[in-house]
Amino acid sequence: MTKPLSDGPDWTFDLLEQYREEIKRVAEHYKLDTYPNQIEVITAEQMMDAYSSVGMPIGYNHWSFGKKFIQTEQNYRRGQMGLAYEIVINSNPCIAYLMEENTMAMQALVMAHACYGHNSFFKGNYLFKTWTDAGSIIDYLLFAKNYIAECEQKYGIDEVEDILDSCHALMNYGVDRYKRPQQISLYEEQKRQQERADYLQSQVNELWRTIPTSEQQKRKKRPRFPSEPQENILYFVEKNAPLLEPWQREIVRIVRKISQYFYPQKQTQVMNEGWATFWHYTLLNHLYDEGKLTDGFMLEVLQSHTNVIYQPPYNSNYYSGINPYALGFNMMVDIRRICENPDDEDRKWFPEYAGSDWLETLHFAMQNFKDESFISQFLSPRLIREFKLFSIVDDSQQPHLEVSAIHDESGYQKIRQSLSAQYNLSNHEPNIQVYDIDIRGDRSLTLRYIPHLGIPLADSKDEVLKHLHRLWGFPVRLEQENADGSIVKLSSCPAAELDLEN
Amino acid sequence: MAHFIDRRLNGKNKSTLNRQRFIRRYKKQIKEAVSDAINKRSVTDVSSGESISIPAKDIKEPVFHQGKGGFREQVHPGNDQFNAGDRIKRPPAGQSGGAGEGEASDQGEGTDDFVFSISKDEYLDLLFEDLELPNLQENSLDKLVQMRTHRAGFCSEGVPSNIDIIRSLQGSLARRVAMTAGKKRELAELKQELIHLEQQPVPEQTRINQLLAEIEELERQISAVPFIDNYDLRFRNYEKRPHPTSKAVMFCLMDVSGSMDQATKDMAKRFYILLYLFLTRTYKDIEVVYIRHHTQAKEVDEQEFFYSQETGGTIVSSALKLMHQIIAARYSSSEWNIYAAQASDGDNWADDSPQCAEVLSNKILPMVRYYAYVEITNRAHQSLWREYEQLAAQFGNFAIKHITSVEDIYPIFRELFKKSANTTAQSA
Repeated sequence: MTKPLSDGPDWTFDLLEQYREEIKRVAEHYKLDTYPNQIEVITAEQMMDAYSSVGMPIGYNHWSFGKKFIQTEQNYRRGQMGLAYEIVINSNPCIAYLMEENTMAMQALVMAHACYGHNSFFKGNYLFKTWTDAGSIIDYLLFAKNYIAECEQKYGIDEVEDILDSCHALMNYGVDRYKRPQQISLYEEQKRQQERADYLQSQVNELWRTIPTSEQQKRKKRPRFPSEPQENILYFVEKNAPLLEPWQREIVRIVRKISQYFYPQKQTQVMNEGWATFWHYTLLNHLYDEGKLTDGFMLEVLQSHTNVIYQPPYNSNYYSGINPYALGFNMMVDIRRICENPDDEDRKWFPEYAGSDWLETLHFAMQNFKDESFISQFLSPRLIREFKLFSIVDDSQQPHLEVSAIHDESGYQKIRQSLSAQYNLSNHEPNIQVYDIDIRGDRSLTLRYIPHLGIPLADSKDEVLKHLHRLWGFPVRLEQENADGSIVKLSSCPAAELDLEN
Repeated sequence: MAHFIDRRLNGKNKSTLNRQRFIRRYKKQIKEAVSDAINKRSVTDVSSGESISIPAKDIKEPVFHQGKGGFREQVHPGNDQFNAGDRIKRPPAGQSGGAGEGEASDQGEGTDDFVFSISKDEYLDLLFEDLELPNLQENSLDKLVQMRTHRAGFCSEGVPSNIDIIRSLQGSLARRVAMTAGKKRELAELKQELIHLEQQPVPEQTRINQLLAEIEELERQISAVPFIDNYDLRFRNYEKRPHPTSKAVMFCLMDVSGSMDQATKDMAKRFYILLYLFLTRTYKDIEVVYIRHHTQAKEVDEQEFFYSQETGGTIVSSALKLMHQIIAARYSSSEWNIYAAQASDGDNWADDSPQCAEVLSNKILPMVRYYAYVEITNRAHQSLWREYEQLAAQFGNFAIKHITSVEDIYPIFRELFKKSANTTAQSA
């Protein structure tokens, strides 16, 4: 019988190190591959600071972070909100913050959760691998902070603040959603472009050019710029806005980069939290089974764990959507079950996973999916029954809501599909792209909104257009392309622009 | 490899700068909130900061997001009663019911104000930001006559209770050493010689006798030096220095006759608060005396001063006389910095106005540091204003101003104290 580790309740640095060693040993047993850990102990006030800088350990200065801080502070003071036990940053070494107020049991839970759960997710998941460079993010944030501080000195706080405000308004549109980041070099790009142009040139039949074209056709033929609609508005602005100063372009770039850095986190909330929760549960239980942890310690861990994965039902006062910890954790546990103890239903639904090695399957799931695809691949009928999921259709054309599917044989597929869609960011974030620039005329920029399922754009659009106008420097228009192909003008900045056109 | 870093000792105020940025950006709104808040707080309540509320729509950061309408499908947990195909009545608008994301705040009604607190210093900074506060303390230094006793070294004369024993004994020791050192050396030499002679095989008796006599004489002289002498005594010395007092009293005089309505009183209140806050920056203890008057004057508390209703005619001099009595009884002008602010709509018995001028010029103005008269009215000036105008020309510490609306108060306040600073500069 091994001697259990001291269960505190107070922690010391020695004890933290002992626990970390044990957790690490078990984590390696389960093949969790992590960045080195850098664990920082901070106070509650510092936790509030960390909160308000949206998880960036080094942030440039902006009033919106101050606003966030004031809000956090107020909520915390009034007791409306507890602070998170930890914050973990996707960097190499992986920085995790532990709060000084936690008991030893909580610190151990947080270490297992953040330093081995989240950390291995950051290192393993394909989105993070593709889009973020954990090794350089801290350096980049430091660069950004210094650069922006320098600009403030050179050009004044107000100037910089204006640009940042405008960039923040478009931050969600500073992301490449579909394009892969491996970019060919500029030289390569130009070469290919030249080849294309040569080819087109070789196709020109000089004879056709003698036939007069009608007015109508002439107007249609005007080449659009950009030739393809651009989803990354900030990138487009950075590269093409005619009037921006170089330092302003650099700020646009900074905001865009940071937005891109956080984009994978938005897409993997359920998986990331589920993965980390699954591992703190599994690692600590493993240690408990080895006799390393006392009963009291384990009870405290389980109590906290149970709170974290509680899913209130839809009619509860505490209900605010599906708890990503609950869904993620249960799916991970369920995958293990499907691998270890599959029943007939599982064999039918998951022929390729049922009975396979659970650890391998789980790692595979962690590495190769995001929330949307993870749910559509791994949500089992049994879990749908356990959660008693049901799907509600809210069609503004209808006077009532309709239950479209429930947790029964005919509904599983449907529920899985619509829950998966619910985690598809492109269903929430309005699809707005740079459609056209009037390069021969007034240089006005036209954005095109393509509604998803007929959902209109909210009123804030006018304000956002003002920000885009500030960046672009020439008139900006927003139009909507309806399902039937018709185009409706939604807004423009300056506003008079719209009236003239009509 | 992992390592632990203890960051607890690092500064916790990483967000301070961002918070300042926020306040800087919304200064306009915050200042509005501050000046609104003035009406709500008591004149003497300066210990607290202020809770500031800004309309949430002003500080929104706009982003593109989906509006209401269209086709949505949402999955919820915990089904307890529904079957596929069930139809549910749409929950009434306004109740969000969790059906849509991020919409709850779009409705005008549901929007809460953004409320937060600023500290007392931030509050005062915002309040006085535009005001050029004259340095009244300098102005007051030359005239303040409260004396305080300070230790000031030692002296050789004084009363026995002030004797400083250590110093005195040090003197005594020094004197004794000084007066006996030479003799003691001589004595030692003689004794040495005596021993030397006695050791000779044939002692020279006459010389020995002579030496013995000399030694006796020296010892007598040494023992005659007194242990302590009047000359040794040292006394602790005290001196009195004039000390500027930090006590101030502020008299608020207000006309509460029928012609003063609540709006006018609120304007006066703002003025008093400004003056009070301003004084707190200079003085530690401030007392406020409220005198309200119609035909008769009365000292009242703050609540009654601002909110009790009374009507009657107006005799301003009654308040001035009462003020003079109170000063004489409780606030000696040598100890107190006296400030007075009088607010009125300018109404007065025509016969009374010259009397007011007389009371002010003879009794009150020589004693007060500053007397400000604000007339809050939209009508033409009357006899009181004309009398006061003449006084203002004569006395540097008397100022009159005319206020017609709330917006005038800050600028007028500034002007008043600018003027005071200039006069000091001239007199200095």
